[in-house]
Amino acid sequence: MSGSKCRVCREPAIIDLPRHNANFCAEHLLQLCRRQVEKAIKDYDMLSPDDRILVAVSGGKDSLAVWDILTELGYSADGLYIGLGIGEYSDVSYEFTRDFADERGLHLTTVDLRDEYGYDVPTAAKVTKRVPCSACGMSKRHIFDAAALEGGYDVVVTGHNLDDEAAVLFGNTLRWDIDYLARQLPVLPARDGFPKKVKPLVRLTEREMAAWCIVRGIDYQVEECPMALGNKHLSYKEALNAIERESPGSKAAFYLEFVDKMAPLLADRRSSERSRLVACTSCGAPTTEPDSGADPVCAFCRLQERTAGVEPVPVEMVLNKKARKAYLAAQAAAGGDD
Amino acid sequence: MLVRLRQPKREITVDGVRTVNQLLDSLEMNRESFLVIRNGTLVPGDGRLDDNDTIEIRPVVSGG
Repeated sequence: MSGSKCRVCREPAIIDLPRHNANFCAEHLLQLCRRQVEKAIKDYDMLSPDDRILVAVSGGKDSLAVWDILTELGYSADGLYIGLGIGEYSDVSYEFTRDFADERGLHLTTVDLRDEYGYDVPTAAKVTKRVPCSACGMSKRHIFDAAALEGGYDVVVTGHNLDDEAAVLFGNTLRWDIDYLARQLPVLPARDGFPKKVKPLVRLTEREMAAWCIVRGIDYQVEECPMALGNKHLSYKEALNAIERESPGSKAAFYLEFVDKMAPLLADRRSSERSRLVACTSCGAPTTEPDSGADPVCAFCRLQERTAGVEPVPVEMVLNKKARKAYLAAQAAAGGDD
Repeated sequence: MLVRLRQPKREITVDGVRTVNQLLDSLEMNRESFLVIRNGTLVPGDGRLDDNDTIEIRPVVSGG
């Protein structure tokens, strides 16, 4: 038993949230999460009640939680899952996503990167010789954008939470990357062939989202993506959580005050970025106009071209030494469960 | 108590800690980065633990 009581009803608490200087029971934790999502939707004009919503789902806690919350709040939301070809991790992630949708009678569309486009994330990482998250993120954005426009959806919802946004902001600030900072908003309006994109979880931490899933009985992919092991994003989160522990509320202040106070000052930068977009000559998606005067081909089509005909690369072949060791240990542990 | 860890899955035994916060501190885990679950239910930081408990410490940080 715990001694702490829920701030709202004084029943025994199940979670302490230092940034709110309060403890909550299950019922009032869920209420807090719903209200934070409603506030984000209202404050940033994210969604209208009649919007057709496409949720980018991965099988992780955040995307399943945002799909769950929006459905609870009465929104009409379908899911799109992309099979990234990251070995067993992708197989298990898909199973969590499929089961979530089936149990709730929600509509889920699945796109398999290799079946549809001829490559997977490990192969793309090997071919491009860049970190896997680069090709992965770019591929997902392209496919979600295209699916939303083709399916007639009004808006794409992603499960980016406060920790995600604070970590990205931290990285962009360390480099003073003004173009990325200018675009780091909870809402990206539809424009020039891009659908509207919104992040309803920006007021909620990933600890709160994991708690939502546990309380709601949502099974999700707990294991880390093997391709992400040791990436900068994780180290930024670790640094921010070290600060948060000493000074609760720091992550929320860092990101939400950026959006309120700093992002408006970068509006001109967003406008100048907009004028440089043209249609990809291969797929028609918006892309940056090449300086050379060559035909504009988007990053997704260039990647597809480079990976065409390349044999699939196993996950462990594109991991650094530390990540490979962790991945093989996880594989061995999973084998021990059978 | 039996403690189940993730990323990767493994089990360890920890005895002599009385609360969730003490358990996380003893393992040098930041309270902001983990949740503790007993019998499918979350346990808050000051939640009492017993040496006979089976506990899951679930990381909440994801790098995607």
